[in-house]
Amino acid sequence: MSIAIATEGLRKSFTLHLQGGIRLPVLQDVELAVRPGECVALSGPSGAGKSTLMRCLYGNYGAGGGRIWVTHRGAPVDIATADARLMREVRRETLGYVSQFLRVIPRVATLDIVAEPLLARGLDRATAHDRAAALLSRLNLPAGLHGLPPATFSGGEQQRVNLARGFAPGYPVLLLDEPTASLDAANRAVVVAMIEEAKSAGSAIIGIFHDAEVRDRIADRLFEVHPIAAAA
Amino acid sequence: MIEAPLLEAEGLSLRFGAVTALDGVSLAVWPGEVVAIVGESGSGKTTLLRVLSGLMRPQAGSVRYRDPEGTVREVHGMGEAALRRLHRTDWGFVHQNPRDGLRMGVSAGGNVGERLMAVGARHYGSIREQATAWLRRVEIDPARMDDPPTKFSGGMQQRLQIARTLVTHPRLVFMDEPTGGLDVSVQARLLDLIRALVADLGIAVLLVTHDIAAARLLAHRMLVMRHGQVVEEGLTDRVLDDPQHAYTQLLVASVLAA
Repeated sequence: MSIAIATEGLRKSFTLHLQGGIRLPVLQDVELAVRPGECVALSGPSGAGKSTLMRCLYGNYGAGGGRIWVTHRGAPVDIATADARLMREVRRETLGYVSQFLRVIPRVATLDIVAEPLLARGLDRATAHDRAAALLSRLNLPAGLHGLPPATFSGGEQQRVNLARGFAPGYPVLLLDEPTASLDAANRAVVVAMIEEAKSAGSAIIGIFHDAEVRDRIADRLFEVHPIAAAA
Repeated sequence: MIEAPLLEAEGLSLRFGAVTALDGVSLAVWPGEVVAIVGESGSGKTTLLRVLSGLMRPQAGSVRYRDPEGTVREVHGMGEAALRRLHRTDWGFVHQNPRDGLRMGVSAGGNVGERLMAVGARHYGSIREQATAWLRRVEIDPARMDDPPTKFSGGMQQRLQIARTLVTHPRLVFMDEPTGGLDVSVQARLLDLIRALVADLGIAVLLVTHDIAAARLLAHRMLVMRHGQVVEEGLTDRVLDDPQHAYTQLLVASVLAA
């Protein structure tokens, strides 16, 4: 059975040195495996560690223990122990992440924000810009906005810029943290269609979807993240 | 893949009397990679940059540079003349104070053209053409070409220093607090400029800064220094979003969110 991303005994805790060294365990022995073309929705109560798990899978949070296998360039790579250079390569080619909020870079135009991961993958500028513009337009961001930095955009518009950036490269593994949270019905439908297309193209998708209707449409199964009962 | 580090340092130590400036620092910079060295004043980060670039000699440890032919050379063993040549050609240095990197009595165009001549450019028309293109690239009106930097604002002087440094397409650029001492609005413009140029040219950068936001914007990788030691290092977003060391947690927690 082919696997796009899988965890083995993944653990994560936070040690807060500024608060007297309190240790907060969040994840314990997480075993999650997702195949290409499969969409898994993380479930569990607020505070159970769904976002922490997503951030560990992206390498934004360091794993406290266990392994995170990602199929990268055709072979499994453990990104729980990968160094920064390998991690950058995995993110460039294999692993995408759409966060809830766009980190706006001053003065950078929307089109360039979306095209950047395409350029990093070696596409020429014209092709990257064409693809970026097409995705933005599909997400109902009119061409008149493409040349502007998204700093002054609404929350929903910024999220659509973020989505365009995340979907543009067609990553084999895509992590989505509440991708439809501040979208209207029309844009929600566009995102659902984009996720379905990504699945058909073989992407493995792990998402947090609070919108039950969206979740039921696209998720093949749920993965329960259990809160850890007592702090050690 | 036959990639290898451009610059590799091992076990660098340096004491000034009772003060430990560097205490067993090792690091590697790979082609096209932007590495930030962060830490507060006195953490040793500027000393580290000076040692790595050969401007200061360590008491222990070594720094090795891989030249374009693939030959690995000891930065502190190559001799003055070879080091000066390296600084003129393969390397660049952007100083915090533009006065340290510019020739204040020479015109803006001359400041850029001089670097080109130092690597062998002789044709006046082509030098002037390239200088004009670079002034535009750093958003300086080429009409100011013949003005000396003394007539420029601090932000313009810093942009001119960047043009002067990058015009020869160095492979590795050292930057010491390049946005220090500038107004916040000027800083944002300069950071964006550096970000775009570095990405376009694919150059490696070692950036020393105490500005965490600037490091997040520019750097792929980050080293956190304290008391002359590297206490934490890794992907920029991981170090800042999931800091492990007590000092890094303090550093991150001390940044005001705008």
